[in-house]
Amino acid sequence: MEIDPLIFRLSIFILSIFVGYYVVWSVTPSLHTPLMSVTNAISSVIIVGAIIAGLSGNSNSIFNTSSIFGFLAIALAAINIFGGFLVTQRMLAMYKKKKKDK
Amino acid sequence: MISANLSAIFYLISGVLFILALRGLSSPETSRQGNLFGILGMIIAITVTFLSIGNFSTGFIFVLLFILLGGSIGAFIAYRIPMTAMPELVAGFHSLVGLAAVFVAISAFLNPEAFNLGTKGNIKLGSLIEMSIGAAVGAITFSGSIIAFLKLQGIMSGSPIVFKGQHPLNAIILISIVVLIYLLCASQSSNLFWILLAVSFLIGFLLIIPIGGADMPVVISMLNSYSGWAAAGIGFTLENTALIITGALVGSSGAILSYIMCKGMNRSFFNVILGGFGATDSNSGSANKEQRPVKSGNADDAAFLMKNASSVIIVPGYGMAVAQAQHALREMVDTLKKNDIKVSYAIHPVAGRMPGHMNVLLAEANVPYDEVFELEEINNDFANADVAFVIGANDVTNPVAKTDPQSPIYGMPVLDVEKCKSVLFVKRSLSPGYAGIDNDLFYKENTLMLFADAKKMTEDITKNL
Repeated sequence: MEIDPLIFRLSIFILSIFVGYYVVWSVTPSLHTPLMSVTNAISSVIIVGAIIAGLSGNSNSIFNTSSIFGFLAIALAAINIFGGFLVTQRMLAMYKKKKKDK
Repeated sequence: MISANLSAIFYLISGVLFILALRGLSSPETSRQGNLFGILGMIIAITVTFLSIGNFSTGFIFVLLFILLGGSIGAFIAYRIPMTAMPELVAGFHSLVGLAAVFVAISAFLNPEAFNLGTKGNIKLGSLIEMSIGAAVGAITFSGSIIAFLKLQGIMSGSPIVFKGQHPLNAIILISIVVLIYLLCASQSSNLFWILLAVSFLIGFLLIIPIGGADMPVVISMLNSYSGWAAAGIGFTLENTALIITGALVGSSGAILSYIMCKGMNRSFFNVILGGFGATDSNSGSANKEQRPVKSGNADDAAFLMKNASSVIIVPGYGMAVAQAQHALREMVDTLKKNDIKVSYAIHPVAGRMPGHMNVLLAEANVPYDEVFELEEINNDFANADVAFVIGANDVTNPVAKTDPQSPIYGMPVLDVEKCKSVLFVKRSLSPGYAGIDNDLFYKENTLMLFADAKKMTEDITKNL
């Protein structure tokens, strides 16, 4: 009997939870705010679904109800992706070590 | 157009890059590289999606247009936002992830052919379950984050909103969500789908209104977690590995942060979620409030004390963020250091309105991160320090948490500020902190209260040093 592909996805999901668990515990507490903003940015990889939705219209009509929701989702996810990564970058650039000569 | 197998491999690669992005945050040195991994992973995921659809028609131009539109809004916000507003920003971003998940789910529900999920009115059962869970969690994330945002922004009062029958009502709504998903899968009716969304928006709203301002670190972490689970739900629907991995990562990340925040307050997760803290406990604090004498001083006294100290520990809190005093504080510390006084910073896990809030503000003010310590690292040093400078913090320094089992904050880990030879407490008034209880520290022999705005007081002290 063949295994349902859902089981494989479920395996990836469960294992990723464990990976996430150990990786996040190793994050230093002083970087918890950047952690939140970067997880925000990466969870916006949901944009791949939005792109599929946006391109779901046929060549005669680009816009139907379904694709309009797709386009809106693209814009929302893009705000998050750019905003999330850039603000993380901005924050991380501020973390500096003590100057050696002092 | 590339094959489904090849694109699946690329999605896996981008998932791994996202793991590395989080891994990089284990230390500030590797964190910037980690962020680049994250960006790379995102670029791969988006490019592969374009290639696998292979439809470069006019619709494609609109996709780019909307990416550009959203991207420029996002970039604009990212460059303009002040660091003190980071909690609001993150709450706002969470709401967008939630709403995007809802929109993708609606789109998949209306046009399942495009996603290869069957036909309208006859969507594959598994996909429909995944889709409705993703949509429901996304909707909860959206409305919950909006409320959190409004509370943090001060548009909505930060005090808990409680009413009679709140918990039974929430329980009924949560049960009805499960029932709705079941009925939806049985009937495929689009009406039920819309009702499900409406009810989920409602519960997100109801869940967050009873939670007060200082519990926001827990709420933000929790919503962070939800946004991850919503993404994972959509990932299952779309059979997309990158989304499933990311959803799981973000989901567990938010859950761990909520746990750390709850531990920092010695409260259970359910205690926070069920809310009403501060509203119910405030009377117990005011009941035994007799006028006790406090010693108050001015900037001159504070400067004198610090000048004669050999080591000073700074304890920042939310008040510092409100007063935007971080830069003034660093200038004061620079002057102290010139006088060969050892200065370090002590950060309580729940200081501020989100995890790591104080660290970011200090980093913004150019405080080197190796002078900033967490509670466990520095708590023993208070006994050997000459001066503790408490600026904008309150409950996290209250010794009552160690001594009085009747106190609502009993058992909460606190900074041992009272062990210092002298304590300088910058505060606007003697009013109790968020937990609604008096801080014993105010009345100690070795405490000097500095009643003023945090920023102004710090500047005045610097002048007097």
